[in-house]
Amino acid sequence: MASLLTFAARRAPVRLGRAVSSISSQTRHLSSSPIDHDQKELQSLARAFADNEFAPKMQEWDENQHFPADVLRKGAELGFGGLYTREDVGGAGLGRLETSVIFEALSTGCVSTTAYISIHNMCAWMIDTYGNEEQRQKYLPNLTSMEHFASYCLTEPGAGSDAGGLSTTAVKKGSHYVLNGSKAFISGGGESNVYLIMARTGGSGAKGISCFIVEKGFKGLSFGKKENKLGWNSQPTRAVIMEDCEVPVENLVGAEGQGFSIAMKGLNGGRINIGSCSLGAAQASLEAALEHVKVRKQFNQPIANFQNTQFKLADMATSLLSSRLMIRQAANMLDQDHPSAASFCAMAKLHATDECFKICDDSLQLHGGYGYLKDYKVNVYLRDSRVHRILEGTNEVMRMVASRALLSE
Amino acid sequence: MSNLRILVATKRVVDYAVKIRVNAAGSAVETANVKHSMNPFDEIGTEQAIQIKEALAKAKTGTAEVIVVSCGPAKSQETLRTALAMGADRAIHVESDVELQPLAVAKLLKAVVEKEKPDMVILGKQAIDDDSNQTGQMLAGLLSWPQATFASKVELGDKSMTVTREVDGGVETIKTPLPAILTTDLRLNVPRYASLPNIMKAKKKPLEKIVASSLGVDIKPRLETLKIAEPAKRQGGKLVESVDDLVDKLKNEAKVL
Repeated sequence: MASLLTFAARRAPVRLGRAVSSISSQTRHLSSSPIDHDQKELQSLARAFADNEFAPKMQEWDENQHFPADVLRKGAELGFGGLYTREDVGGAGLGRLETSVIFEALSTGCVSTTAYISIHNMCAWMIDTYGNEEQRQKYLPNLTSMEHFASYCLTEPGAGSDAGGLSTTAVKKGSHYVLNGSKAFISGGGESNVYLIMARTGGSGAKGISCFIVEKGFKGLSFGKKENKLGWNSQPTRAVIMEDCEVPVENLVGAEGQGFSIAMKGLNGGRINIGSCSLGAAQASLEAALEHVKVRKQFNQPIANFQNTQFKLADMATSLLSSRLMIRQAANMLDQDHPSAASFCAMAKLHATDECFKICDDSLQLHGGYGYLKDYKVNVYLRDSRVHRILEGTNEVMRMVASRALLSE
Repeated sequence: MSNLRILVATKRVVDYAVKIRVNAAGSAVETANVKHSMNPFDEIGTEQAIQIKEALAKAKTGTAEVIVVSCGPAKSQETLRTALAMGADRAIHVESDVELQPLAVAKLLKAVVEKEKPDMVILGKQAIDDDSNQTGQMLAGLLSWPQATFASKVELGDKSMTVTREVDGGVETIKTPLPAILTTDLRLNVPRYASLPNIMKAKKKPLEKIVASSLGVDIKPRLETLKIAEPAKRQGGKLVESVDDLVDKLKNEAKVL
């Protein structure tokens, strides 16, 4: 078995420790819940990619706020740029469950980078599903290869949870719509080439909103300063500003007034994606905790010997599993276009992002003082997954969506 | 124009990152509920065959067909699918539920070679489970073919190949006519990831199943494993008081002086 170590060293430097103490083989059984052999194959590809391409760089990207465009494109060669986009435009044509499994595996290596990939995928899916053939052929091949990056622009400085009340306007003038307003907290803002912007073409309320494809370089489009964030540092966040921004009429996605519905349909999947990224953060944090408690000694024994540690680990694994089951069920429901999919997606996102954040925090606690050091990875998982409770609809909005479904029955 | 047929042998082994454990009976390494994957040296072999095929296609100087073969139980097909997803054209599964030792595998491969008539057989230099490092050499012997083992670089010529080998003293470059046996070393290449679409497409590529007994070769094990044990636990270090103390311990405890 001498060659084992050589391989671990060559193919995945960070896993050298694991090849010796091997957390992986046992804990990864946790992720073997309801997925079949094919899905496991996709999972093992994504995990290998995360272990080799993301994990060794995660802390560096976080520290330097580096957007790893080259690594993203390398992933896109394997199909990560359009996981649930159709194959004729370069997508992988997978379902939501497979996508969730892949995002979970990828985010064990870097949550922030995977979350950006998930947003990009959501945008590609929106164009694939609601765009016309010209729009699909014009934009999607470049997006699935990640030659171009995409951003989703719904939130405004004055319209967060109340997204239906957004105030960016789009006024049709001849062959163009003229857009005015600004969008806040846009992931990929400034780096992306394609922006899916929701703007008001009609009266007040959700039905007056339309969806536009806006290219970087269109006249009147500019960006705010790069935001300084607690986490999600491997992707830039900026405001997107439209001042008499001219968008050709052929860049309207779907019909006028359909924009909010398109945005929400995108978000159902987006919530599963973000929940999946939380699963990966929790999985990696649990693996890190297991590794640490076997090595760290207090009172002359590994802290894994203490019942407090054991019970904590059991609770972490239990809540990770329950989160995973909910996310995967909701993903299945989206695949089947189930009428209750939206509320199940909301509940799954609420549960998974809250619980998985707690798992990261518990892992940090088990690391003791070391967990607070940036030399250890768990702080990155904690900071990166914190925002999952806020975006793609805050977890308070998730409760609104879920309770609305309950009370309307 | 050269039209090559390359046969690549692959083995399903316990994944390189798994911490191996001896089974309760002390007779073998525990393989139940343990992650398995393709022997990493065979991944390098598969990658090499695909690179040869791609290079020929790119230079428009010929074509190559890449056939992957695995001998072993039904689950070996997972490994073959991985190779197909990487880019092999078709697969052959020689099914056998009995333990296959290197000589048995070499004989089975010889039978496959006689059927498929490849110009080259690529094998990993060894499998990371039993570390035998025998199958390629035995196959060369059985076929009376030249062999280039521990390859770190391969260049195809006209009905020949030039191979750089990693040997103890440095590197050695040899040239052999084809057909020949090639076994891969660590630095030959870095295997690609199979892309998601290719993983899906691999399911539709042909996979032929041959029952080992139908090949009419004697695959009875020749070796018997008596015992498998974990390495002794490492002892903690000791501090000695003086040089005399050290010399005494080296002489009388370690018995190295």
